[in-house]
Amino acid sequence: MSSDLTAPVAREKTTGLHIGDAKPGVAKTDPIIIADGVRRTFGGLTAVDVEHLEIPRGAITALIGPNGAGKTTLFNLLTGFDKPDSGAWTFEGHSLSGVPAYKVARLGQVRTFQLTKALGLLTVLDNMKLGAKGQVGERFWQSLFPFLWRKQDHQIEERAFELLKKFKLDEKSDDFAASLSGGQRKLLEMARALMSEPRLVMLDEPMAGVNPALTQSLLEHILDLKDEGMTVLFVEHDMHMVRHIADWVVVMAEGRVVAEGDPISVMKNPEVVDAYLGAHQEIDLGVVTGRYPAADAGKNKASKESK
Amino acid sequence: MDWIQILSNSASSIISPATLAYALAALGLAVHFGFAGLLNMGIAGFMAIGAYGYAIGILTFGLPWWAAALLGLVASAVFALILGIPTLRLRGDYLAIVTIAAAEVLRLLFLTTAFDKVTGSADGLFGYHASFRASNPIPEGTYGFGPWEYREVDWWVRILGIIALILAIITVWRLMASPWGRVLKGIREDEEAVRALGKNVFGYKLTALVVGGVIAAAGGIVYALPSSVNPGVYVTSLTFFVYTALLLGGAATVFGPVIGSLIFWVLQTVLGNVLPAAVQAGYLPFMTSIQAQTLKFILVGIALMLIVIFRPQGILGNKKELTFVK
Repeated sequence: MSSDLTAPVAREKTTGLHIGDAKPGVAKTDPIIIADGVRRTFGGLTAVDVEHLEIPRGAITALIGPNGAGKTTLFNLLTGFDKPDSGAWTFEGHSLSGVPAYKVARLGQVRTFQLTKALGLLTVLDNMKLGAKGQVGERFWQSLFPFLWRKQDHQIEERAFELLKKFKLDEKSDDFAASLSGGQRKLLEMARALMSEPRLVMLDEPMAGVNPALTQSLLEHILDLKDEGMTVLFVEHDMHMVRHIADWVVVMAEGRVVAEGDPISVMKNPEVVDAYLGAHQEIDLGVVTGRYPAADAGKNKASKESK
Repeated sequence: MDWIQILSNSASSIISPATLAYALAALGLAVHFGFAGLLNMGIAGFMAIGAYGYAIGILTFGLPWWAAALLGLVASAVFALILGIPTLRLRGDYLAIVTIAAAEVLRLLFLTTAFDKVTGSADGLFGYHASFRASNPIPEGTYGFGPWEYREVDWWVRILGIIALILAIITVWRLMASPWGRVLKGIREDEEAVRALGKNVFGYKLTALVVGGVIAAAGGIVYALPSSVNPGVYVTSLTFFVYTALLLGGAATVFGPVIGSLIFWVLQTVLGNVLPAAVQAGYLPFMTSIQAQTLKFILVGIALMLIVIFRPQGILGNKKELTFVK
């Protein structure tokens, strides 16, 4: 069984990303982020301790690991939302150590949040327009003279509508973002991030709390990002999704990178199975908890797939 | 009860310097609290800086009145920077604590006898009107009609107050209709999200604190223009009154603070006239007329509570905003 089979169009995975054996910290042919010795402790707890990590450019990389593995903390460190105790990392050759979050975003590395941050009392359209970079009207003195920024604002609005259409939110453009459903907010947050024309998109659990129908379209959007030349790094717990769209998987546990590789081989790695996936990953939850006999669960799954 | 007199007093308060001063202060506070989400509880401090800057500029430095007014505005901008740089990294409620303390520190500095020669300590500052009155282009006499009949000096104060208010309204309206205002409102909703989009959140908050502070200081100057500067005015309850006016009209609106201040002062005047008159006429036998004056402030407090509970978006606020609980 593989979720690739159920996808409407199975897209090609990007391969040939690494040099040498796929082991933790392996060098990439064209890395967009290179991190060295990044360490963050909270009191006595070492949340992140990454010796060396390279994120491949132009590919979709999944960051997986059990709860508390330090995935979100690593995200926060890489985007300047948190400061490490030690370590250095670069984005497209720019050193990002000590660079504040807003400057990181301006360089073209944009992120979303695990708990969606839609700006509730702004309209959907205003949310989108806020994402655009280099706006003349966002400077204090210029903002007082509309003729200086009106034209640019119209262009931004057009681009916002294009993206909203793509994400099927265009009919909601005048509503407050607070009126959107949880899944729509995820879409809005992603669309808003794209307004800044990023080169690296970092998504923190983009699928959490999203219904299956919306998941499918979110997946397509993420795959589209790659087609448009962007690099994607995302944190996710849904293994089917990871297998489906990731070209490369980085596994973290207890703050360290414990495995790397393409999705198929990583998920066969016994260490990963032990640390995260567990031995029962392919078995129905009912079987694990003893509610159904194994044979029935198998039948259910077979009938589902035949549909 | 002399209803004609009460009505006349109330109508007169519509364009009183106090109303204009509150409107300016509330507008400044709208920039802080309504648009940027900065819970500034020290708006009285900004008003004090404006008023003292104006009076000290004339009395100590011998400046003409307009240069002294400018000094008051610049001083408030400097105060906003000094207050903002260390504190704007704090979250909402902590900012409230720091700003309330800063305004009190400021007031006590003006009150202490150590700087008596400059600040007049408990007596405050007065007798700085010569330059301002000399600049008055209106010939001597009484103008106006009905309840709005004032001498030329009083008109000069009101005209300048209204001009200042209109300028402030245009500035705030322009700012909030622009992409700059959009970023500011985004920061109010969630500053991390705005930071993730590449905006210098700290810079925006600091600018907002300065802009709102300068407008509030202009309110302080208008308050001081006709009379004197008294340290007893710039107490924490002034901050609460300005908040009442702001919330009454609508915190995240441009005209709300103006309407709110107007209603606040008209109501104050009505209550201030009606309650003592009612006591004298024997309608409130359980109360002296001094107690009746205090009752006015109790009613203001109750009004503030009712607004926040039942209409938090204010009179002019968008009704939709009420639908969503943060």
